[in-house]
Amino acid sequence: MTVSHAHTHLADAVPSQEVRFTLNGAPQKLSVRPFRRLLDVLRTDLDLPGTKEGCGEGECGACSVLIDGEPINACLVPVIQCEGTTIVTVEGLAGHDALHPVQQAFMQHGGAQCGICTPGMVVTAAWMRDQKLGPEAIREKLAGNICRCTGYSAIVNSVAAALGTPDGTPDSTPDGAAPGGSDA
Amino acid sequence: MPDGNALSPDHRVGRSVPRPDARSKVTGELRYIDDQPFSGLYGATVRTRSARGRVTGLRFVDGTDQGVDWREFAVVTANDIPRHSKLDGVDPNLVALIARDQPYLVRDEFRHVGEPVALLAHPDPEILRRAVDLVEVQTEPLPAVLDYRVPPTPGQVQHGDDSASGTASAPSDDANVFSRIVVSKGAADESRDAFRAVFESAAHVVEGVYETPAQEQCYIEPNGMIARVEVHDDDREGALWPTNPWKVVIEGSMQCPYYVHKAITHLLQLPDDKVQIIQAPTGGGFGGKEDYPSIIAGHAALLALKTRQTVKIIYDRVEDLAATTKRHPSHTRVCAALDADGKLLAIDMDVTLDGGAYVTLSPVVLSRGAIHAVGPYNIDHVRVHNRAVLSNTPPHGAFRGFGAPQTVFAFERHLDRCADALGLDPVALRRRNLIQRGETLAISQRIDEPIAIEAWMDEALTDIDYTGKRAAYAAFNADAQASGSPLRRGVGVAVFMHGAGFTGSGEDYLASEVMVRAHARGGIEICTANTEIGQGSITVFTQIAADALGLPMDLVSVAKPDTDHVPNSGPTVASRTSMVVGHLVARACDDLVARLAANGTLTDDDRRSADELETADRVSALSDAKGKQYRPDRLQAALRCAASDEAGATEGWATYQRPPGGAWDDKAYKGIAYGTYAWATYCAAVEVDLTTFETRILDFVAGQEIGRVLNPLLAEGQIQGGVVQAMGWALLEDTIYVDGHVKNPNMTNYVVPTFADVPDVKVLFQESPYAYGPWGAKGIGELPMDGPAPAICNAISHAIGVQVDTIPATPERVMRAVLAAERSQEATS
Repeated sequence: MTVSHAHTHLADAVPSQEVRFTLNGAPQKLSVRPFRRLLDVLRTDLDLPGTKEGCGEGECGACSVLIDGEPINACLVPVIQCEGTTIVTVEGLAGHDALHPVQQAFMQHGGAQCGICTPGMVVTAAWMRDQKLGPEAIREKLAGNICRCTGYSAIVNSVAAALGTPDGTPDSTPDGAAPGGSDA
Repeated sequence: MPDGNALSPDHRVGRSVPRPDARSKVTGELRYIDDQPFSGLYGATVRTRSARGRVTGLRFVDGTDQGVDWREFAVVTANDIPRHSKLDGVDPNLVALIARDQPYLVRDEFRHVGEPVALLAHPDPEILRRAVDLVEVQTEPLPAVLDYRVPPTPGQVQHGDDSASGTASAPSDDANVFSRIVVSKGAADESRDAFRAVFESAAHVVEGVYETPAQEQCYIEPNGMIARVEVHDDDREGALWPTNPWKVVIEGSMQCPYYVHKAITHLLQLPDDKVQIIQAPTGGGFGGKEDYPSIIAGHAALLALKTRQTVKIIYDRVEDLAATTKRHPSHTRVCAALDADGKLLAIDMDVTLDGGAYVTLSPVVLSRGAIHAVGPYNIDHVRVHNRAVLSNTPPHGAFRGFGAPQTVFAFERHLDRCADALGLDPVALRRRNLIQRGETLAISQRIDEPIAIEAWMDEALTDIDYTGKRAAYAAFNADAQASGSPLRRGVGVAVFMHGAGFTGSGEDYLASEVMVRAHARGGIEICTANTEIGQGSITVFTQIAADALGLPMDLVSVAKPDTDHVPNSGPTVASRTSMVVGHLVARACDDLVARLAANGTLTDDDRRSADELETADRVSALSDAKGKQYRPDRLQAALRCAASDEAGATEGWATYQRPPGGAWDDKAYKGIAYGTYAWATYCAAVEVDLTTFETRILDFVAGQEIGRVLNPLLAEGQIQGGVVQAMGWALLEDTIYVDGHVKNPNMTNYVVPTFADVPDVKVLFQESPYAYGPWGAKGIGELPMDGPAPAICNAISHAIGVQVDTIPATPERVMRAVLAAERSQEATS
């Protein structure tokens, strides 16, 4: 019924192959049918359901992951293309002791409402931070990630806050007094 | 009543406290239904592929070459469902909602593309997906209604008084009409002639026609359900309806667990305690997960019963967009009578909503649209005739605003057309007609609360610099015209209100109940059926209970909505959760404290001194925050004691109680439709490019009075989210039906706003506390959907000097409107 599964017959015809990549800092070696979507391999084979499926055709960005440092829609990537790459999913963003600055900022500035687009948003925003992009780039660089709840302003505020913070230290905005909310 | 009392710093309400659920969302740890550990079968739905007809058979095409072996599949059709319920005689196959006409599975006649005919289950989701396409649904066609605006021919009649005969040469006015509502006031109540006389003697009569499309909720998480059956060891007969009923447990993405519960007990003819419905974390709803989840839950349960295994049904985006409900398309004619100064003398409106193939929620959507149609204006003579009619598309249903956005669009757009016709500024025309305290709405409800709509409107106008922009844009457009630039700018306004909670006596019928339970840490757990769907109900309930008890927020938890464990506090719809259910949370806290005081667990020695309490500690006219009258350490000790059941009271309860005041007359369609309203003025500034006919929103200010703002950050997020959804409705979003098929069932072709399409939405709050909401709060969820489309189209019309009456105002539509205006100008010159 969907465009995104049109390749399944081909996928069946090809035997499983070995694919190796680095996932969230750890090496992975899988035997998989090569044309399966990276999204499905992450969610089912590797038990990492933080990466979401919203549309299955690369429009909504809910499945954004970083492949070799670039934000990519995992629903459009045959897993064989990941051979030799380094992949980071939402589960790999936080450090041992603290959340990623982008995650902290989303919590403090109302960046998450229903939360289903949030993993893809924070992954793309983390890439923006890695690229040392400024707040003026947010609305363009995040335009491939769709949110239906927030109207985007709170996400823009969250990402802007995270872009301005140094590595490893949380945004200094005090608890309960997020900018954008008239907390009077 | 807390009116006028500022909250002290130790209050949690009124502050942007962070969401307790935020951490699990930013880390991706929260498990939505499709993320949960699962072993069992996958379920899928075989659907009709034409708009109307009879199913004559199913053919299971050989799929060996694709790995499809039909012997491996479980199949459920309507033949597996008995025709008559043993409980109430009604066909269990009909979904229990307002009217029972929509089947879970087609028995014979079907009424839309994508109607479920058969269910398949298989262990491999990929093979299952291929199998769905290999089931050929054999049908005989019947005449379909493909345009709801055209009266049906005899063969097209499927509902109403002619449906039985089907031979009448001219179907009556009731043919295919699901619901009809007339709102009338003044001369319209007297007689047709008296009403007509107002128009005949008016200085100006202005008429216009407005249309709006089917809008998809487009929550980013598609629908999904998992059903399992608790099979008895002693009952292996293998029937779908065993004599000793099995218990069915269904978990999934939904707004209203008790709606699903009611539907499933009817479908499976099970007693209440044999059906358990659990809300999984839900990725957005906006009304789209109000009624359709009952059908998916029913499908999953039928497959689970047939296979006696756990069955999971997850829709992909295409299926969700093609088969589930959307906002009702509307066609509205408005006729206004005005005096020479722009005072509105009379309004005559004719509203038609496209209900789709079955009744579902259309009568109540129509009702809300009817009541909000004429907005916050004092007009002596009003007639609003409203109809919801059948067409052969999937049923249209609940979507944020629930009928009001359609009528508000038509009316607020029409006020600008009137202003144009009279040569008045659109805001000046509104000033002449805005309702004041003591005056009555179109439904004859007198507004007794202190309102200052004009002053609130002025706040928003000042913020966007309405007067400055009117002048600056006139100069900008004149320069552009002179220099040949294609850019035109305009500014537009919409003034509107939105009533929170169920309409009329709806909340009385719901009789919602909330329970709070003491826990061993010296706090409470809040038990409601209301669902967190992104709007922040967990946070707001926690704030309310913490303040009602005077305890820290970490001593308050919120139970998972699960019909085995929470009372029925009603559905999560109608902007009712914070205002109605939040109030019940505070009152249930009061009840628990009163029980502990009555049985001596709390004594007068445990009380705070009177000077430690403030007037603002009172929650509402019905709740005095009893817990806060006690010292926190003593209250915690009492709750710990209560949790261990030594106190003889572990639970506090509250049941909905109607605020004092008048009633609602459903026959006359007059009276107190809503206990209170939120009032709003939205302003848009736009730029239209006359080369591409694209509209860019330059500025947007959303000003509203919403009673007490319980959590500024969440409230602002709700308003901004609703405004951007409405920007999509105004400019981008359109469901294209061709022969009853949705032609754009994917996010590539059904386009919703991205970051790049919208500006930052400026939100202004006014607070005029409502005596019967928690700390004066009113409902806000739907309000922001009503105003943006008319404000934006008013701004476009201001920019280009051409009326834009149909949304979405796509470049193609704006171009056609401009070309049509040019042609008619040429014809007259």
